[in-house]
Amino acid sequence: MQDARRRTDLGCVRSWRFPVWMGVLWLCLGLTTPAAAGTIWDRVTETTLPNGLKVLLVEEPKDPVVTVQIWYKAGARNEALGKGGLAHMMEHMMFKGTPKTGPKQFSMIVQRNGGQDNAHTARDAAAYYVDFASDRVNLGLELEADRMVNVLFEEKEFLPERDVVYEERRLRFEDQPSATLGEVMRATAFMAHPYGRPTIGWPSEIKGWTLQDARQFYQMYYAPNTATLIVAGDIKKDEVLKKVTELFGAIPRGPAPPPQVIPQEPPQIGERRVFVRKEAELPILFAVHHVPNLTHPDSAPLSVLAYVLGGGESARLHKKVVYELQLASYAGADYNPVYKDPYLFGLSAGPMPGKTAEEVERAILAEVERVWKEPITDRELQKAKNQIEAEFVFAQDSVHTLANLLGAYEAAASWKLLTTYLDGIRKVTAADVQRVARQYIVADNRTVAILIPSKPGGAPASK
Amino acid sequence: MTRVWKCTGSRGFVTLRQIGLVLVAGVSLLVGGMRGGADAAPLAHREVLPSGVVLLVAERPAVPIVTATLTLQAGAVFDPPAKSGVANLTAIMLSQGTATRTAPQISEAIEFVGGSLSVESGTDTARLSFSVLSKDLDLALDLMGDLLTNPTFPPAELAKKIPEVLAGLKRSQEDPGTVSYEAFMALVYGSHPYGRPTEGTEASVPTITRDDILAFYQAYYRPNRAVLAVVGDVSVADLKSRLQARLGGWTPGGPPLAKPAAPASLAKGVTKTIQREVTQAAINFGHLGITRDNPDYYPVYVMNYLLGGGGSSRLPQKIREEKGWAYDVGSAFAPGKYAGDFSVTMQTKNEVAQDAIDAALAEIRRMRDQPVTTQELADAKAYLTGSFPLRLDTSAKVVGMLASIEQHGLGLDYVERYPAFINAVTAADVQRVAQKYLDPDTYALAVVADLTKAKLKP
Repeated sequence: MQDARRRTDLGCVRSWRFPVWMGVLWLCLGLTTPAAAGTIWDRVTETTLPNGLKVLLVEEPKDPVVTVQIWYKAGARNEALGKGGLAHMMEHMMFKGTPKTGPKQFSMIVQRNGGQDNAHTARDAAAYYVDFASDRVNLGLELEADRMVNVLFEEKEFLPERDVVYEERRLRFEDQPSATLGEVMRATAFMAHPYGRPTIGWPSEIKGWTLQDARQFYQMYYAPNTATLIVAGDIKKDEVLKKVTELFGAIPRGPAPPPQVIPQEPPQIGERRVFVRKEAELPILFAVHHVPNLTHPDSAPLSVLAYVLGGGESARLHKKVVYELQLASYAGADYNPVYKDPYLFGLSAGPMPGKTAEEVERAILAEVERVWKEPITDRELQKAKNQIEAEFVFAQDSVHTLANLLGAYEAAASWKLLTTYLDGIRKVTAADVQRVARQYIVADNRTVAILIPSKPGGAPASK
Repeated sequence: MTRVWKCTGSRGFVTLRQIGLVLVAGVSLLVGGMRGGADAAPLAHREVLPSGVVLLVAERPAVPIVTATLTLQAGAVFDPPAKSGVANLTAIMLSQGTATRTAPQISEAIEFVGGSLSVESGTDTARLSFSVLSKDLDLALDLMGDLLTNPTFPPAELAKKIPEVLAGLKRSQEDPGTVSYEAFMALVYGSHPYGRPTEGTEASVPTITRDDILAFYQAYYRPNRAVLAVVGDVSVADLKSRLQARLGGWTPGGPPLAKPAAPASLAKGVTKTIQREVTQAAINFGHLGITRDNPDYYPVYVMNYLLGGGGSSRLPQKIREEKGWAYDVGSAFAPGKYAGDFSVTMQTKNEVAQDAIDAALAEIRRMRDQPVTTQELADAKAYLTGSFPLRLDTSAKVVGMLASIEQHGLGLDYVERYPAFINAVTAADVQRVAQKYLDPDTYALAVVADLTKAKLKP
């Protein structure tokens, strides 16, 4: 199995190049199993220990495996200005061992026990996973309890790891045209809110982190009262809760994290347009719009709209722009509502050779205008609802994915929103979809980012 | 396809090749498989349908979904020599129209129920896969049967798909890792089909005609070369009766599979460098490896895990953890049906490219020159055997395992036998296969970098 250890969550970058239906699970949250009596969420047990640790347990014995996940509310949003990327660097430090495990031993111990570990840092949280055969659940808990407070901070480990993170930035952003464009796009769309800053940090920030920065971040944000522990799989809840209490209960509550002084994004009052010129073969187009998050009633119709526009080859953008007009080799829509603060609704496309980003943009926006002008059909509405519902059922096939959904929702707002999401989707009408398209997917609320391919030396690429 | 960022996670053997169908007697059997080493529930039901399709079914009723993959010996290895890309376009075109459905009708039908249906081609095989809610299984089977038995390859659709494939080829050249890997494969395999991109080339793809595709379909899309693995909320008896109506008319046939001439080993080291305005050097180096049926497969598997197959392996420990030179570094043996390769892959800032290559070569030499420690070997075995339950914990993973078991002729008791294969490997075996299958002196090296900064040895 491939696991992407210590990877940075790429936020929407990962899905920009692809339509929403390609495995993007965030849209599929919170729908009930059609035939089942109860929902999977009815089987989630929530407990909060006196020290503030929230514990979510799910008994799902269909396979002899367990996932132990811990989500800290310690994402890129929590970084001080000039210390961008520190939350992600901290994630890397979490694998450096403790006095108990020894240096660099975390992953060794996990693997020796047949486990797989992984982590990611996103804008609102950092998440850690250990998946095991279910008889190793206690080991997973022991390791997480240990590194919640005992991580080793040593210069000789820190400095090479900082270089590794810089290589990660080069690999995943600087030498990938679409990722570079995404970074510039977000920095343009968000003038005030830290969502505009790259989770991995700007180059100068990466170079400037000190061991002391990382330690301070750890001491401030890694504590029971900032964490949600999720254990799902072939477990006995009572036994796991007993063990959790034993291992985590004695860890003192951390200092209250400093009050969040996060500037909210002011309303956008006019289109922004930005260009990136970079060595590449073909242009790329992004068009993003500020939209509400999962706590807002418009989240459900926006999710439906994303599917109507970008939910596969039969969806409007692909059908018109790729299939009929042959202007682009891909065209999609992207809306992730699982953010603590409002994020973006994206449209994206990759022009065919010989076609310009501007031509493709016009064709895509014509499809948006069509939604403004006439309601989507009943069949389109039903298809989007079916897709959202089915994606959710598919997600239940993996306890890891289930736990991930709980963690992401809890980091953004509350996992309990999963229990009502389907109701929201089912109530959406064609008029709702039209209304949110008219309200949010409009020029004054839009940031357009275009990659202009160049050949070495900065000359424009030949068509 | 979505690019998966594989970092320093377990690599083991990459499944770039789908190993060939092993012909089996037409008997039905039910074999117990050990799931996660605990209970002895059967892994799957297996039987050969009258048309020759090998059917594998694993019932997983906990979630109301069905996931399936039909694998055919119809990969790019069978492309006509001057028409590289035919296998890929045949797979793409399979869903672009049938006697009774247009391309838009096919995508609308599967997407309306929230399902997915895809056809893709790799080096050795082509695969038709679907996932649906179990209530929509009939629809998925209708579509699968229709695509396999009644495709019409409409010329108007082909005229759209060829430019799309060409655009995809162009766009793939933006990823330094892809460019480096393709250059490496061409160096290692020479004129062998594995040396060519499965999608074809900018020169070959425009020459592909509907007749080429039709001929490829008629030769290779045959039930006697098909393995259908179905996993989920489904019963064997029910599925069989449903399949009869859809695949009953699919006729066996096709010419014997032509085996490509074995690729020649490198007589001396070769290097290809490609200049790009990039901040990192994308590096691939290595040489020919083994096929899946090699008797040394398991010692090689364990040896590679120790070298660079996992996050705690020697290559990432040295190059990532100790030196901080790379985020992503690892090694893999890719065992194909007709040949295989060994490669080290890494991306590192331009300036230390040569240092990183030298460090990786030193690790390869160490693997050959000294036995691995008892602790290292024990840890590797513990991981490779202990993590097995995680390889079977979703329907898609079980589908993949079943397809792999059938294609490699491993037997449905493979899950039970696997730990013994791993545990039998000794430190002496590891050193022996390192000496036999790793060559730190004669290798192919491909580097995409800013060559003004990456000072590579001539």
